[in-house]
Amino acid sequence: MSTLTVLYECQGILPVLILSVTGVVILLLDAFSPLGRKGQLGAVAVTGTVCALGTLAMTPSGAEFFSGMVVWDRFSVFLSAVLMAGALLVFLVSFDSLRRSGMECGEYYALVLFATAGMILMVQAAHFIMLFLGLEIFSIAIYILVGMPRHEKRANEAALKYVLLGGFASGFLLYGLTFIYGATGSLSMSIMAAHLGKAEKVFNSYLLFGSALVVAGFAFKLALVPFHLWTPDVYEGAPTPITAYMAVGVKAAVLGALVRTFWVALPTVHPHWSAFFWALAAVTMTVGNLMALAQDSVKRMLAFSSIAHAGYLLVAVVADSKEGLTALLVYLLAYTVMNVGAFGVMVAVQNRQESGERLEDFRGLAGRSPFLAVLMALFLFSLAGIPPTAGFVGKFMVFSAAVQSGYTWLVILAVINSVIAAYYYLRVVIVVYRPAEGASAEGPADGASRLSAGERGALVGAGALTAIVGIWPHVFWDLARQAVHVLF
Amino acid sequence: MELLIFYAFCVGAVVSALLMVTTKRPVRAAMSLVATMSFLAGLYALLNAHLIAVLQLIVYAGAIMVLFLFVIMLLNIEEKEGKLAKNVFFIQLAGTVVVGILMVAMVVVMNKIGAPVAGAAVDETFGTTKAVGWMLFTKYLLPFEIASVLLLAAIVGAVILAKRRIDNSKA
Repeated sequence: MSTLTVLYECQGILPVLILSVTGVVILLLDAFSPLGRKGQLGAVAVTGTVCALGTLAMTPSGAEFFSGMVVWDRFSVFLSAVLMAGALLVFLVSFDSLRRSGMECGEYYALVLFATAGMILMVQAAHFIMLFLGLEIFSIAIYILVGMPRHEKRANEAALKYVLLGGFASGFLLYGLTFIYGATGSLSMSIMAAHLGKAEKVFNSYLLFGSALVVAGFAFKLALVPFHLWTPDVYEGAPTPITAYMAVGVKAAVLGALVRTFWVALPTVHPHWSAFFWALAAVTMTVGNLMALAQDSVKRMLAFSSIAHAGYLLVAVVADSKEGLTALLVYLLAYTVMNVGAFGVMVAVQNRQESGERLEDFRGLAGRSPFLAVLMALFLFSLAGIPPTAGFVGKFMVFSAAVQSGYTWLVILAVINSVIAAYYYLRVVIVVYRPAEGASAEGPADGASRLSAGERGALVGAGALTAIVGIWPHVFWDLARQAVHVLF
Repeated sequence: MELLIFYAFCVGAVVSALLMVTTKRPVRAAMSLVATMSFLAGLYALLNAHLIAVLQLIVYAGAIMVLFLFVIMLLNIEEKEGKLAKNVFFIQLAGTVVVGILMVAMVVVMNKIGAPVAGAAVDETFGTTKAVGWMLFTKYLLPFEIASVLLLAAIVGAVILAKRRIDNSKA
């Protein structure tokens, strides 16, 4: 390959390149920036991410690059936008939290940038080598980010648990891929699909075994229920901004890869899995919601709620139609903004009090900071799926797509689950608006109203998006529909 | 002749793997693992995958095993052996059941498939260092380069987790 060809091919991975280069630049700048002024590095990270987001404005060609390794189509663009928006919000939320916990360093920003690059590679992969590399890049970066508060036992435990179980999951995925490779003779998604198209016996045991292991690997990363045991501890032990990042980024990236795997590479195989996905979705949302009911810690409650949301997302996969996948993308966008928002409010509360994880810590938040209280209520309403918020729109689209495909019972179960979920989300809202005990002693507004620019920007941004997606859903529906179009 | 060597390597790999899981001394287990890796390298060489064979020796039997031995040496594990003795029966039972299920699944699958679908003939250079190198810098250029991001993330992580303190601002 000549230099010119390589440069031409690079347009297919432009966001990945920008993010990775920004990460490297931050690592280099870190060496020269004086102690206590590492905040500048965060500004560089934000700038890099915004630039990478800007490149998405170009119309994607839908072509494959680097001899069929990655594809740059509307599907990649939509999910990349969701991923980078999530990363951007997490950066903005992180600044003060890092300063407070004394973890401010360039490596934090660099690792989040690398992880985002890996996630984008995963959703634009047209070859399973790229899919696996993307998965490993973001997994390794996140293992480290989880364990960064090294003096906290909880974080150590979380990081160790995540790295051990995550290693197993990667192993399962890789082992499954070797079987699929054996069945089709290629790891390229398009060649695989072509091979399956002309093979007379479509569903041989090689493929069955291989795709079972691949599903297990994905299910672990998505925290679907039989594979979810690590989730609450890891989400609780990680620094809160990283919990937010894990909850949204990993889900978007892995679901994107799952859709590509089963719709692009194995189009004849996935109908055989719909019953299994059905069961996974049903168990995941039910167990997630029931466990969330019993939690005293809001952080842990949000961890279980993210398991439940993975179940709703899977309902869209079960629907197995254009509408279903479109709804999946819109729901992912909604889930990203409202979840980062809810975690962001928690970070802001943590920055002002000793702790901000237990339900008690949120008591009387409305008195201390009406701004935070309103936003928390908005995000929780959205998570509960109350109109007119993004969460309602996402759920409505997913459920109606599933009904159209004839999965009425699953949708009935999902609606019952949403009602259960509303209880524990609204419980937090009620606590927020209840007067604090001994409020006068603490003083009504001890700096709580003075949010930093980063926090304000992130929360207002997430809140605005939650409202916009809720009020003008058709804009996002059209974008998602165009994105899904390339898969059929 | 080739078949004979193949069986010799196979038996060697299985026996040393068994030794590894049955021995009670960590160092012996590690050395048995080295033997297993080396026998596997032999199998790769028989498959004409020279590069993989050499990498297996250098990376797995060499570098990674040295790391294992270092850890064993630093932790001084030998005295702590038998700490799990309370539930050892259940652990063994669970392990046997899981491995048994996996084995049955493997045997069933292997029996069903017969010859692989893509049994196309490969030319003589397949798997040699030159062929692999050619592939790495043409078709697989992007994965080859992107792996550097993976390695960089891992190195940065190792440094940050091992560094004496992160909190620069409070210094």
